[in-house]
Amino acid sequence: MLQADRKVGNEKMEMSVDDEEWRRGMKDGIPICLGYFAVAFAFGIQAEAVGLTAFQASLMSVTNLTSAGQFAALGMISAGGSYAEMALAQLVVNLRYCLMSCALSQKIKEDGAAAHRFGVAYGVTDEIFGISVCRPGELNPFYSYGLMTVAIPGWTLGTTAGVVSGNLLPQSVISALGIAIYGMFLAVIIPAAKGERSVLGVVVCAMLVSVMFRVIPALGAISSGFQVILITVIVSAAAAVLMPVGEEGGEPGETAAEKEAGNLAE
Amino acid sequence: MRNNIYIYIFVMAAVTYLIRALPLTLIRRQITNPFVKSFLYYVPYATLAAMTFPAILFSTSGILSAAAGFGTALVLAYREKSLLTVACCACVVVFAVELAEKMIA
Repeated sequence: MLQADRKVGNEKMEMSVDDEEWRRGMKDGIPICLGYFAVAFAFGIQAEAVGLTAFQASLMSVTNLTSAGQFAALGMISAGGSYAEMALAQLVVNLRYCLMSCALSQKIKEDGAAAHRFGVAYGVTDEIFGISVCRPGELNPFYSYGLMTVAIPGWTLGTTAGVVSGNLLPQSVISALGIAIYGMFLAVIIPAAKGERSVLGVVVCAMLVSVMFRVIPALGAISSGFQVILITVIVSAAAAVLMPVGEEGGEPGETAAEKEAGNLAE
Repeated sequence: MRNNIYIYIFVMAAVTYLIRALPLTLIRRQITNPFVKSFLYYVPYATLAAMTFPAILFSTSGILSAAAGFGTALVLAYREKSLLTVACCACVVVFAVELAEKMIA
């Protein structure tokens, strides 16, 4: 009896935690939404130039949710490329999501519902991933859903607006919104770099290597999506060798999860 | 022959979703290998840093306004302000600098 009561109480608490995480995700998703709107607007203008209707361009945005991939697709569509070529192009440009999903797979509760993994996967973009993975502790899927709730309409409606009217927003506003996503990235990495020397090293090195890719002409020929993969793999692998994540200095989530497991065992 | 736009969209969506979903659904266990664990721990920071710089300097219509927005975001992020605050302040500074540039020109 008592145990049953406790179970109900736990479920209620869990529901409100999910709800809270969802709300928090929506709040944190606002800058993503702003940034997406600006980028999607530019995408919409270009899609219109290639001959896509507002519906087609918006459908592409809501099903794909990938800036680099979609821009690459426009070039292929206007050139009349084959479906296989399209598939290959998407694979190369978007392969970095694979790396991100691997990292995310370690953040989600092991025994959680598998359906949530399919749900979270849909929202693995540079931005939603970046914000989700840096949440301390285990990732509640509802936090990701909150981010998606706000960010996906920004991406889709921005596309629609771009196709329908390239001059709906003044150029000065579009330009200002362009920096939103990067501001958000900095808000994620700088506090972490401040707290941990190893993360600071990774951030500085990744930025330097990234500049190198811009400056050296031979490296500039590599697509930007693939550049991100290369830089991430090189810098993260070097950091993993030089500064392995120790037992005590490891992810904060691990200790929290262990504590939780301990409590449950009692 | 002109290809069907909807088939293009379907192919794109399918490939992109599989890239995202396969690792997430196939890797269910906690990885214990210290190298892989450390590697995955650093991945997000390396990715975000590489995507941010130097791209942030070319994200607006001029490098001056972008640099001002970058500086603003750096300072606010260092003070651990929220994502929304950092992003919005950067946008406002970019807007203000570009407005000032126009007025001077």
